[in-house]
Amino acid sequence: MKHKGRNVYMVSGGVTKFAKATPEMDFRLRVKKAFDYAMNDVHLTLNDIDGSVASYFADHFQRQLMSGIMVQDYLGLTPKPSKRVEGGGATGGLAFQTGYEEIASGRMDTCAVYGFETMSHVNTWKGNEFIALASDTNFDYPVGGFYTGYYAMMAVRHMHEFGTTVEQLAKVSVKNHRNAIHNPYAQSPMNLTVSDVRNSPMVAYPLTRLDVCTMSDGAAVAILASEEKAFEITDRPVLIKSIGTGTDTMRLSDRPMGKVPLLPNEKESDYSGLKYPGVHSFRAGRTAAKEAYDGAGITDPIEELDLIELHDAYTSSEIQTYEDLGLCKYGEGGKFIEEGKSELKGKIPVNPSGGLLASGHPVGATGIMQSVFMFWQLQRTVKKHFKDDYLQLNNPKRGLIHSHAGTGTYVTATIMEAVK
Amino acid sequence: MTIDPNAKMEETQNGTEVYSIDPLIVKSHYEIDYIHSYAQDSEFFRALGKKKIMGSKCKNCGYTYATPRSHCMMCGAETEWYQLPNTGKVHTFTTCYFGSEEFLKETPFNLIMVEFENVDSLFMARLIGADLDDLYVGMPVTAKFRRNQKFSPTDVYFVPVAQPDKKRRK
Repeated sequence: MKHKGRNVYMVSGGVTKFAKATPEMDFRLRVKKAFDYAMNDVHLTLNDIDGSVASYFADHFQRQLMSGIMVQDYLGLTPKPSKRVEGGGATGGLAFQTGYEEIASGRMDTCAVYGFETMSHVNTWKGNEFIALASDTNFDYPVGGFYTGYYAMMAVRHMHEFGTTVEQLAKVSVKNHRNAIHNPYAQSPMNLTVSDVRNSPMVAYPLTRLDVCTMSDGAAVAILASEEKAFEITDRPVLIKSIGTGTDTMRLSDRPMGKVPLLPNEKESDYSGLKYPGVHSFRAGRTAAKEAYDGAGITDPIEELDLIELHDAYTSSEIQTYEDLGLCKYGEGGKFIEEGKSELKGKIPVNPSGGLLASGHPVGATGIMQSVFMFWQLQRTVKKHFKDDYLQLNNPKRGLIHSHAGTGTYVTATIMEAVK
Repeated sequence: MTIDPNAKMEETQNGTEVYSIDPLIVKSHYEIDYIHSYAQDSEFFRALGKKKIMGSKCKNCGYTYATPRSHCMMCGAETEWYQLPNTGKVHTFTTCYFGSEEFLKETPFNLIMVEFENVDSLFMARLIGADLDDLYVGMPVTAKFRRNQKFSPTDVYFVPVAQPDKKRRK
């Protein structure tokens, strides 16, 4: 490949507080609030925005098609260019990358990426049904019909393959819920113990209620700009250094049993006898990471990244993702959390915001939310936006955001860098 | 032409269910019957009535699929139907205590991925006749078929193979 295109920066962001239900606002007003926060933070007006990308997952949740144009309309961005991007749980990450492409290609100098989801218009079990329709409706939905069930089977295989324990899974929940205590936007801040997690109701073995993220109403907005524009808008933009995207088969049953696509810090002998990805690992996550690392020149991710916001819809998938991202070798993800490496004060903080588990997961907003929290970290403005600087890392230079769909069908990895 | 300035919309007695006044939250009902075609996957569903699980085999590279697909993901060539054995092993498992609305009444239920000897991919199914404590990776299982077909992939389900020295998960 590859013509890299122009440099792309993030210049501002906004997020609504994620909540189980916010019926006093619809999705348009929710996006408007996040959008105005982002616009006002850097004193932009509508004339400064060249176009947009709309990020939302399911039309079913509100029985409203074309929600994207309704937001475009409500924000006052018509008749500017816009499109909707959808890819399950990775919708936000994909839309963010689409915004990047709009700038990198030279089509736009500024682009607003807005994400939203309203999940409170149906009950939780109907919501699970809608989400499960994002599995093969011939072969998977009628049998399982439940995403937590699919992830539970992956977790069981990870435990079988590598000896991962339920206590290690629970430690992810403890960490992320505890981080969220200092994030005023988070839905479920909690101070938990491993036994609280294990004693909460079993959803699908080995995943308990506290191993699984919640459904949420929420919106998030990222404003991206070309280099010239970015430095006109703010003296502290954040560079979007590189993007990576991977895919895998819709059905878990079709996942091959092949070889690990190696990162520069791995060798083939690390994985002799491992059938990959099987159902224990995410080949799309590894593929996304490889492309993003290549683009950023990263050869040793744990040494060259300062923090990560990753898609922890389940505690097990956070552990699986440590491995996909090459923070540790395949099989060592359980030990990685057990040794505290991903804690706020650990070797590489993972989900300092609280992640999906504690911040919430209004699907189309989630990947954009990650970009906003990453942006504030790299700008070192967490205190300004959270009114609390507990979560602000000391001078972070480079971070990775990771968005993930289905049983690992679309995965994005994006590297962001502080410029000062 | 019928110009009628006194035209009036008919009043009916069926009201609207209201959950909240401020904000105003009302019940909005929606249901639909789809005319769902199994298309190129049809043979799989028909064959379950003959107590056969049909997978696919690539005519070009020979890759075998326990869940059918009419073209090969490895080389893009067309596949042919390929009968799977009726016994296999549990590749992984779970027990679901919650689920989607449609399946809530069936909880708790066991989900498994089945591996068949010398077949390259897996098959997702329900397992009955065992509790969570009985399940383990590698557990031998055998297929059973519904007598009254529903033309659903759950027309085939699995049960444990009777074994004298049954290993138990701790």
